[in-house]
Amino acid sequence: MAAKLFGSSIRRKEDPSLITGKGKYTDDFKLARMAYASMARSPYGHARIKGIDVERAAKLPGVLGVYTAKDVRKSKSPGVVPVGWLLPDIKTPPHPILAHDRVRYVGDAVAVVVAEDRYIARDAVDLIDVDYEPVSAVVDPARAVEDGAPQLHDEAEKNIAFDWEIGDRAAVEAAFDSARHKARIQLRNNRLIPNAIEPRSALADFDDSTGQLTLRMTSQNPHIHRLLMSLASLGLPEHKIHVIAPEVGGGFGSKIHHYPDEAIAAWCSMQLKRPVKWTATRSEANLTDAHGRDHVTTAEMALDADGKILGLRVKTYAAMGAYLSTFAPAIPTYLYGTLLSGQYTIPAIHCNVIGVFTNTAPVDAYRGAGRPEATYVVERLMDQAARETGLDPAEIRRRNFVPPDAFPFQTQVALQYDSGNYQGALARAQELVGYDQLREEQRRRVENGEPPLGIGLSTYIEACGLAPSAVVGTLGAQAGQWESGEIRVHPTGSVTVYTGSSAHGQGHETTFSQIVADRLGVGVDQVEVIHGDTDKVPFGWGTYGSRSAAVGGSALAVSAEKIIEKGRKIAAHVLEAAEEDVEFEAGKFFVRGVPSKAQAIQEIALQAYLAHNLPPGIEPGLAATTFYDPANFTFPFGTHIAVVEVEPETGSIRILRYLAVDDVGNVINPMIVDGQLHGGIAQGLGQALWEEAVYDENGQLMTGELLDYALPRAHMLGNFELDRTVTPCPHNPLGVKGVGEAGAIASPAAMVNAVMDALAPYGIAHIDMPLTPEKVWRAIHQKGRS
Amino acid sequence: MQDVRMRVNGTEHLRKVPPRMLLVHFLREELDLTGTNVGCETSLCGACTVLLDGMAVKSCTLLAVQVHECEVTTIEGLAEDGRMHPLQKGFWEEHGLQCGYCTPGMILAAHDLLSRNATPDESEIRSALKGNLCRCTGYQNIVKAVQHAAGMGREQTGKGGADGR
Amino acid sequence: MFPPEFEYLRAENLEQALNWLRENDGAKVLAGGHSLIPILKMRLAEPSVLIDIRRIPELKGISEEGDRIRIGALATYSEIAASPLLRENCAVLAEAAARIADPQVRNMGTIGGNLAHADPGSDLPAVAVALEAEIELTANGRKRDVAAGEFFIDLMTTEMQAGEILTSIRFNKLVAGTGSCYLKLEHPASGYAVCGAAAIVQLDAAGNCSRLRLAFNGVAAVPFLAEAVSRALEGSSLRDQDIDAALGDRLEIPDPMGDSFASGEYRLHLARVYARRALRQARDRAR
Repeated sequence: MAAKLFGSSIRRKEDPSLITGKGKYTDDFKLARMAYASMARSPYGHARIKGIDVERAAKLPGVLGVYTAKDVRKSKSPGVVPVGWLLPDIKTPPHPILAHDRVRYVGDAVAVVVAEDRYIARDAVDLIDVDYEPVSAVVDPARAVEDGAPQLHDEAEKNIAFDWEIGDRAAVEAAFDSARHKARIQLRNNRLIPNAIEPRSALADFDDSTGQLTLRMTSQNPHIHRLLMSLASLGLPEHKIHVIAPEVGGGFGSKIHHYPDEAIAAWCSMQLKRPVKWTATRSEANLTDAHGRDHVTTAEMALDADGKILGLRVKTYAAMGAYLSTFAPAIPTYLYGTLLSGQYTIPAIHCNVIGVFTNTAPVDAYRGAGRPEATYVVERLMDQAARETGLDPAEIRRRNFVPPDAFPFQTQVALQYDSGNYQGALARAQELVGYDQLREEQRRRVENGEPPLGIGLSTYIEACGLAPSAVVGTLGAQAGQWESGEIRVHPTGSVTVYTGSSAHGQGHETTFSQIVADRLGVGVDQVEVIHGDTDKVPFGWGTYGSRSAAVGGSALAVSAEKIIEKGRKIAAHVLEAAEEDVEFEAGKFFVRGVPSKAQAIQEIALQAYLAHNLPPGIEPGLAATTFYDPANFTFPFGTHIAVVEVEPETGSIRILRYLAVDDVGNVINPMIVDGQLHGGIAQGLGQALWEEAVYDENGQLMTGELLDYALPRAHMLGNFELDRTVTPCPHNPLGVKGVGEAGAIASPAAMVNAVMDALAPYGIAHIDMPLTPEKVWRAIHQKGRS
Repeated sequence: MQDVRMRVNGTEHLRKVPPRMLLVHFLREELDLTGTNVGCETSLCGACTVLLDGMAVKSCTLLAVQVHECEVTTIEGLAEDGRMHPLQKGFWEEHGLQCGYCTPGMILAAHDLLSRNATPDESEIRSALKGNLCRCTGYQNIVKAVQHAAGMGREQTGKGGADGR
Repeated sequence: MFPPEFEYLRAENLEQALNWLRENDGAKVLAGGHSLIPILKMRLAEPSVLIDIRRIPELKGISEEGDRIRIGALATYSEIAASPLLRENCAVLAEAAARIADPQVRNMGTIGGNLAHADPGSDLPAVAVALEAEIELTANGRKRDVAAGEFFIDLMTTEMQAGEILTSIRFNKLVAGTGSCYLKLEHPASGYAVCGAAAIVQLDAAGNCSRLRLAFNGVAAVPFLAEAVSRALEGSSLRDQDIDAALGDRLEIPDPMGDSFASGEYRLHLARVYARRALRQARDRAR
């Protein structure tokens, strides 16, 4: 029991139920009298609704109800989904849960059928007759702002939702005036579909006798969903809504947001007074889950003769999709523009982002959320700058790194980096990968006419655990960013932990048990972690933005300290010693210098509950709750190196190596941390090489099925080589930073830099992601011709 | 409605079902075996993989009536006498799962592989799992889990290449 | 995800299936179901009746008939890929079957369903064409063989008439001195062939090419047999430069398909690359 739990790769507590098929996801629940909802969705990217005839559908045997926006408007529910982050002058057109006069993307829900079974519900959807009048659509964010582009919302002129800037425009102008070298890049950050393997689902059970709604749903943040359901969608009081996130099959951001469909299912249950289940099919999920990225960007860097960066200028058109999703406005602004200093000392930065409505699925946080886009811009520019200056990509990075003794480091784009050692991670990665030998091999291949080798670096910065709440509020968040953590030590000394973080694969039950067991000196099997239930857990903000360990974990660490301090008082009383002489170690309170005079935490817990002999002024019980609001973000960083071979004849890319040295601060469970990195890297490589949500000009999603949208599969990837440096976070009690998104932030830039490095002999500087064989072949082929 | 009789995890079941009912819905909703999951509708994610007469198949692409008089094994039927199957142990030991949604299908696809090839190498494992999507793990620990189950242990995984094709 | 309603009939023998097929307008034949069920789930077809032929004994098995091989329509991709008879006498077919989709699909999908479905990205059609296989179509009271080269008419369209069931496929064993190979660039999402090349090369005692068949999947709406390439290379010693020259001059595939992943132009380019690789490998195996 004395073994250090914090830092060890213990097996996950979550797994036995998941590997035996006993874990229950939302769709696995079955309630008496349960009915099924199915949505009628717009097949048009942009159309007016002239009429909806539901009569035939309503008459189909087994159908319990068919509803449209008219019915929602007749009810007492407000029936909208709101946006939870506001920017200056932002346009926030209403987003009704069922579209009433106009549909703005393929998949926009116009009616819902509730039936006795899923098959009948689906049959009835085919019988709904919607009279659409299609109008022109626009799907490209840069084109949507042009004169004459189709308008999505009357409120948003030129489809502009917001026009946001950060940094010092004049200082950047001056930097460019004095620059010796300039690097420039125009790029698209490809639109991605999250594709959590479990599609979104909701099972709503409204009890009209109590007015209570129980809502099981695929959620990364049940309290946020409860809040928004209450305020904006259903109009039920918050205390009458019980949201439960059972097992959740991945999220990657897509289950943060508050969508119409889950609200519709709940609303239907309120109408029918029966449990109603809605589960997305994959094609529905891909049409309606908030997508990620979709930027059109021009970026320029000014450098001096030595390759030192003088200034950075970035202009981005960021697609918002048809409506503003829950946290959409924050993603391309405060999670993007603020990250543009990368790991570098950049004296002048200016970034302008135009958020644009398009006839596509809404865009919101997807693993990395703004930070992969920023990293991609900065790291692609660094490689361009290396070419301009003739410096090696590693060398130009080294020349511009924030030095280890410069922390805390204030960037020109608002953030203050807490700690870092960027040189250390780069040096380690170069050594492990054999950087110099690879450069040698690269030269040899060019000389011998062999398939070219490419080496790509990504020295990335990540910002996680968005904080503190007061600052986040001034930036427009309609949410706090602290986290709750409650510990109850039971009379027998076993422990239940309640966290506002809401895991969906990250392994909180294990790592949070480790944190608490380690602090309290009890066995990890003596700790139970409860999450994802608004009736059990104090209000919390959930799991996203790589915040759970740094914020939720810290809340538990502070609660554990509170328990120990109370325990110390009781122990001192029982041991008849002065409180300041009582030490706590490995689960035992003992008098300093007299280890035999001791009380185990279990004994103290029993005393606390019996309350027969408590010191004066001490309440019975042994429990503590903390609402932990961090002082700052945390800033993980690292160096990723991709090594590839390109086959010029077909444009195919072969990944030869992928090596990552990450610094995520202290590590609670190395096995879990490595797993997070593996998954993140794989998703980033998916973006770089295969994945793209493609809309045609009418707003049809051309890659909406897994037949067209290529997710990485086992045979497309190899093993990633991982290593770490450890620079603890200085401002939280655990010294942890966060790891959920690092892989996805770093890897697209590493991969694209590697391929462009391989293609440098052909004079190719840039190809937009995904780097499909034809695009690579075409680039080589066209250079060959010219 | 159509009679369908099948042996699932060793137990015989007889039900009347609509012919259009997919096997995965039969398992989940008629038999309450919810360990078999649905992740797509195009036979591409593999979350619904079960064993049909010992072979891995995608239960979302079979009608329950097609499986009449056949034997089906789902994830719930893999452990024997409460003892986890080596693949289940492998996934646990090697952190072969995160959210767990793809895991039952992944384990049963691996079961098919190991029944044909008891000592697969890394690339054989990766090929055998190409019909199963995992969005969490990047597959690295899944490969290790299968190697673990095959009794190959950790030391077999080194750095590897992969086709970006 | 939810198929429309239909009536389901499970045939015990071929005659029963054919009778049902004749009696039910709008009936469809269900074998492995791996082409049909996805279509039903997407509601792209709404047949009134499904006739399940998967248990019909006459449609099963892979067997020798003298110099010929017969594969029953219900042979699965897995059975074909693992068949010692095919691996020895027709490696290209086993190789192609082993590259289809994934193990679960290969365990259910059948050669009959594959050919009848006639998906242009499917792997077996070009192999059947290169093998000059005969496809046996059986209707109530009649039976006919259609050459694979004439079987595929257009995208998802074949010579099959209403009331017919594809019952088997037959072709000559590849004789000694023959090498064959199937290579493809696989679509990263669907696994279908963006371009698949099936090559069969027969060498005479002197090492010259006496017979060559080269066919493609994925490039055009139907499998394309490169007859001009055969004419150019038959009789040659099939050196690398002979192959390159023939593919450069004689390979013309009309109306290549294109999509957002791979344009027609790129597919044509791939056809040359994969043909060269498949022909060289087939030649080397023949030696």
